[in-house]
Amino acid sequence: MADVAVPAGRPVGRGNLALRLRQNAGLLGAVALFIVFYGVYNLYHPRGFSEQVLIQNANEVFSIALVAMAQTVPVLMGGLDLSVGAVMTLVNCLASHLVAGSPVQIVLGVVACLAAGTAFGFLNGCIVVYGRIQPIIATLASGAIAIGIALFLRPKPGGKLDEDLSWAMTNALGDLAETYGLFDGGQAAWFQPVAWLPVPLVLLALVILCVWMPFERTLTGRTVYAIGSAEGAAYMSGLPIARAKLAAFTLAGFFAGVGGLFLAIQTSSGNADIPQAGAYTLNSIAAVVIGGTSLLGGSGGAVASVVGALVLRAISFNFRIFDIPPLMQPLVEGLVLLAAVSLGALRALRTRNRLELFR
Amino acid sequence: MSQTTAAPHPDAGTRPPFLTLSGMSKRYGGVRALADVTFACARGSIHAVLGENGAGKSTLIKIIAGVVQPDEGAMSLDGRAVAFPNPAVANRAGVVCVFQELSLMPDLTVADNILVGDPPRRFGLIDRRAQRLRAEELLASIGCEDVNPRLTVRDLPLSRRQMVEIAKALSKRPRLLILDEATSALTAADVERVYAMLARLKAEGVAILYISHRMHEIDALADTLSVFRNGRHIETFPKGARSPARIVELMIGRELTAQYPPKPQLAGPCHPRPPARLVVQDLTWGERLKGLSFTIGRGEIVGLGGLDGQGQKEVLLALFGVLKGAGGTVTVDGKPHRPSSPAEAKDGGLALIPEDRKTEGLMLPMSIADNLVAASLPRISGLVIDRARERAAVAEAVRRLQIKIGSPEDAVSTLSGGNQQKVVIAKWLMTEPGLILLNDPTRGIDVGTKQEIYRLLRDLADAGAAILFYSTDYDELIGCCDRVNVMYDGRVVRELEGAAITEQAIVACALNMEEAGRG
Repeated sequence: MADVAVPAGRPVGRGNLALRLRQNAGLLGAVALFIVFYGVYNLYHPRGFSEQVLIQNANEVFSIALVAMAQTVPVLMGGLDLSVGAVMTLVNCLASHLVAGSPVQIVLGVVACLAAGTAFGFLNGCIVVYGRIQPIIATLASGAIAIGIALFLRPKPGGKLDEDLSWAMTNALGDLAETYGLFDGGQAAWFQPVAWLPVPLVLLALVILCVWMPFERTLTGRTVYAIGSAEGAAYMSGLPIARAKLAAFTLAGFFAGVGGLFLAIQTSSGNADIPQAGAYTLNSIAAVVIGGTSLLGGSGGAVASVVGALVLRAISFNFRIFDIPPLMQPLVEGLVLLAAVSLGALRALRTRNRLELFR
Repeated sequence: MSQTTAAPHPDAGTRPPFLTLSGMSKRYGGVRALADVTFACARGSIHAVLGENGAGKSTLIKIIAGVVQPDEGAMSLDGRAVAFPNPAVANRAGVVCVFQELSLMPDLTVADNILVGDPPRRFGLIDRRAQRLRAEELLASIGCEDVNPRLTVRDLPLSRRQMVEIAKALSKRPRLLILDEATSALTAADVERVYAMLARLKAEGVAILYISHRMHEIDALADTLSVFRNGRHIETFPKGARSPARIVELMIGRELTAQYPPKPQLAGPCHPRPPARLVVQDLTWGERLKGLSFTIGRGEIVGLGGLDGQGQKEVLLALFGVLKGAGGTVTVDGKPHRPSSPAEAKDGGLALIPEDRKTEGLMLPMSIADNLVAASLPRISGLVIDRARERAAVAEAVRRLQIKIGSPEDAVSTLSGGNQQKVVIAKWLMTEPGLILLNDPTRGIDVGTKQEIYRLLRDLADAGAAILFYSTDYDELIGCCDRVNVMYDGRVVRELEGAAITEQAIVACALNMEEAGRG
């Protein structure tokens, strides 16, 4: 309740900038962390700051970024989704069966994969809304079901995806254009300034711009934040609570599905890897927290979680450069993670009214 | 207050009532909250609903607003039968409620909150700019141009939040506006703004249901009054038809005794000041407290007055060890007092009845017994909590404050507001504090409980406690306090004592009109 003495009249310009900075302090901290870790990595990398390194990293980042986005939506409502990694794995296995053959088959396969992830998320939403079961336990169960289906689809790692698609999606935009003969095979003059961009990063930006940002600005999206902030108040304000919960889990399923589809395209196979599914789920929670989204819900966003995922990946990139023995990596990762999350706790030192820490 | 006495809307009285309820009944388990209530309210008039906590007012408005469903009975709006399964449907029909428990989402911005039900949209997406402008317009219409719509509600003090809540209700273009204790946390200036807004709505033909425990507000505003008691509609009459004393009798169903207990003649020419229990010298904290000094003696009740937000709450929080970096010297019973947490302050013999009982006073889902012993657990536990001593302490507290409960194992959230506040006070009395700090302890509670609290405070003072009492209600300061320190901008501008404690003096000092204050 400190610093509330807003001067009379309309605060403009700098005042609002300061306010925005303050309201996004968590995200800014995460961006700074990413710049530090990724900068160090590139400085010490023999081919640092090159297109190849960027493309490789973009591929390594995409799936965890999407799973982190998936986790964000339920977390904004104050819930946790323990099935995001499993849904990703399920779609990964499904894609290893469907995304091959003629162009029409490939498109239908992609659509089917995304629909499967979305449908699974919707199912989660139904369990939570109509079964009145807490998200964490509902998704613990449904996640196990997703892994079960994935194992049924792919008892052993394998499968095959369309090679052109794998190549085009995991390289630069120029390679994509060349593969499919777009923009004069990628030679069009206007295309050159963007030809170097890694396709996964462009896809990530598209998902954010075309799915997340519009959703955030719908009444349903606003309701997701309202539920996390004060569900009773949201209800009393006449907001569509059930619809928002359904939408949140459905969107989480969609994001996880996109992550799983890309993993299949990237590895050109499907693998019902149970430890990997668990690791993705836990890392998604870490990414959400590093990005500055409150686990209690109400504030934060999917873009912040993407930055959180970038930070996580940038930490592990550095292991490759600094020759940390594999057996030490989990320990170091844990320590760095703890330090990174602690940055968010620094505000406790600045707060002069101790009561505010409990609000 | 001339603007509040606008003539009734021409439609009032000539057309059938806007809202009618007939045969409304509602039970919660074994408790009958509403019993066969028939009630009507008209367009273009302000209809006050009076009653003690538990009289059925809350249930009544919750049914009208679609929050709870009646067991029996019918409702009609504008001549048509209606039933509201949820608040959204009621809102769409033009029935809008400003609830006592704020319906704001603390993490969303002011603008988001005000227009959350139906934000301006372009292509289906929320137009943030239009939303902000509309929010500014609505805030301006209630005189709150100073609230930045980009701030999150969490960053606003309680009094501003309540104004945001009102702006939010206005955004829904109400035809029937219900205000449930909507002014209980407001500053005097904001209350005037709300009065003006209500007068405007009334002139536009809006039906207004007004629930308040402040008699002078009802006196200033209402055209019609209805009294409820024990879930029944007792009587409806036009303003002025019953004396205030008679109204209170109708509410509590018994004769009214003096509202405030008599003050002892502690200080005066022939009485020496009692020995000081609390001495505060040059207390500072950032920009909010600018060096204030005062003392409280044994057996004294000292008030903190002034406009809201002049540092009164910070004084209490600083004394209770909540604020970091507070300067100055404080002694309690002659010993230096520098707590770095409420736990240390408690060990020093202090108790704080906090501002918001729902978040700072109580752990709502936990039982009445758990809440009562929460502050005094060290006294009743050895290695583990001694169940027998816990039960005895709980029974003693319930008896001493006459808390109306079913079982001590019920969740404290099941109690009415007044009884919840009694639990908060009882919890702290169990620590046997020598210095009691109160932050607006009677906010939103009924007349009967208020009286009990005033009497309790005087009894505690007579037993030797020193009491520091912050209230936004000047009546209370005048009625209860031996002395009142009026604060302005982080300083004590004037100490009023004895007969000098008058509403005029407090208001004049609160506005820092030094000369008028002396006059």
